[in-house]
Amino acid sequence: MTISVDEVFETARMILYHNLDIRTTTLGINLKDCIHSDFKTFKHNVYQKVRTKAVKLIGEAKKLEVKYGIPIVNKRIAVTPVSLIMESHCTKSKYLQMAKTLDRAAADAGVDFIGGFGALVQKGLTKSDSMLIEVLPDVLSQTRRVCSFLNVGSTAAGLNLDAVNLLGAMLKETAQKSKNAVGCAKFVVFSNAPEDNPFMAGAFHGVGEPDITLNIGISGPGVVKSVVEKNSECDLTELSEIIKRTVFKITRAGELVGRELAAVLKIPFGIVDISLASTTATGDSVANVIEAFGIEHVGTHGSTLAVALLMDAVKKGGAMASGNVGGLSGTFIPVSEDTGMIEAVKKGALGLDKLEALTAVCSVGLDMFAIPGDTPPETINAIIADELAIGIINNKTTGVRVVPAPGKKAGDQVSFGGLLGTVPVMKVNRFSSREFLQRGGRLPAPLTSLRN
Amino acid sequence: MKKELLFITVIGKDTKGIVAKISNYLYRHDINIEDISQRIMGEGYFVMTMLVDMQDTKTPLDKLTKELDKIGNSLGVNIQLQHENIFKMMHRI
Repeated sequence: MTISVDEVFETARMILYHNLDIRTTTLGINLKDCIHSDFKTFKHNVYQKVRTKAVKLIGEAKKLEVKYGIPIVNKRIAVTPVSLIMESHCTKSKYLQMAKTLDRAAADAGVDFIGGFGALVQKGLTKSDSMLIEVLPDVLSQTRRVCSFLNVGSTAAGLNLDAVNLLGAMLKETAQKSKNAVGCAKFVVFSNAPEDNPFMAGAFHGVGEPDITLNIGISGPGVVKSVVEKNSECDLTELSEIIKRTVFKITRAGELVGRELAAVLKIPFGIVDISLASTTATGDSVANVIEAFGIEHVGTHGSTLAVALLMDAVKKGGAMASGNVGGLSGTFIPVSEDTGMIEAVKKGALGLDKLEALTAVCSVGLDMFAIPGDTPPETINAIIADELAIGIINNKTTGVRVVPAPGKKAGDQVSFGGLLGTVPVMKVNRFSSREFLQRGGRLPAPLTSLRN
Repeated sequence: MKKELLFITVIGKDTKGIVAKISNYLYRHDINIEDISQRIMGEGYFVMTMLVDMQDTKTPLDKLTKELDKIGNSLGVNIQLQHENIFKMMHRI
């Protein structure tokens, strides 16, 4: 079998000029076997297990970067939802100590984020779940690397509005307590959260997972944009075809690295998440892919169709390329982490209402956007509930990562630094839904859940 | 022993001595060149690929990558070293 110069060049060019990389290799670690009645021993077990596994991951991932000449940008850890392992140590102080233990284990191993400080509460809250939510503002403001999630709804269970109603106030307190409100950027609330998502902030190691597993997130908005630009005249079917072919290739690179990394670590390979993930690097924007279709700025009319086309093509190409596709496998359109999205908000092309519409056709949710600091907590709860309802009814994952920026009003800027980017504060509808939200309770599971 | 095949990709402007410098370096490190191809791409890139067998070399891969990068810098071209598996995975079903 020979590989032609053109084929070698195509791969080399994707990496050199279009930011093709393996976005994340995330090691899922079960912490249930670390539980101990003596809390000191429990913390020690957690620290040892996380740190040892993470150090190995980083060492082996670096070797593969050299072997294949492809950057593996992030090496991360996802753990068992922490509320599950803390059931018998359910105090505020112990929760905070556990968060700091995870933070230290990640730091000592050289991992930038560790996910899983969360709970699955779609049908109701245990005492431990309630404690976790109560301690989140302190955890998110006093740790650097710990990421948190809550799954508050699912197609099978409906939506736990009582849990949602706790979040607006929790997020506002987190924003107040952390510098530049950055704590809020480390928390995602989901419906239908996948148990094997490798992407932060929402990664966790689900209860149906093995002791340890490796999940991979690929990247490649720059590569897709480049082929779209080269095919400016073709119709939608052809456009879909060329995206499929390209995504097939980039997913294969992820599949290769993931399987080989899992093999050298002697652990099971989990999934490849085929989400296109943007960064603020030039040319690494999903919004710019949409714009290359022929849309002036993402958010204008036609954008929903464009995202639908892109996502469907990405899934078709990716599904054939990998033996196990999983995780979120949607397109991320985080506002702060995508230069095209930021530009669209600044120019007035993209507002919160259209962003919500885009999430219905397949992106994962309302991600990394800021709203005015004086937004009432119940309005934040309503934004979350609306987004999650889309997921519950349409049998898909949706999530919200929102930053109520203290002292800021619509049009101002908030800077989180590093990967998390800078974001313009978006306008929020000023009319109230307080009375509706205050009804509380649980949205019944939709008719689409009755499939047996 | 089984062959350990990698591709060296050189991208940039064609200048004298590219093949000489790289092949001399490879010879000194006990790396055999199996195949060389080169082309001028539509967008004006000069591209040369070398398929090399590394089964006999004692030099570790990260050192080879760094030193080839240095040679690339001295020639004003970009040199990448990648295991052939990535190309097989991406371009063959």
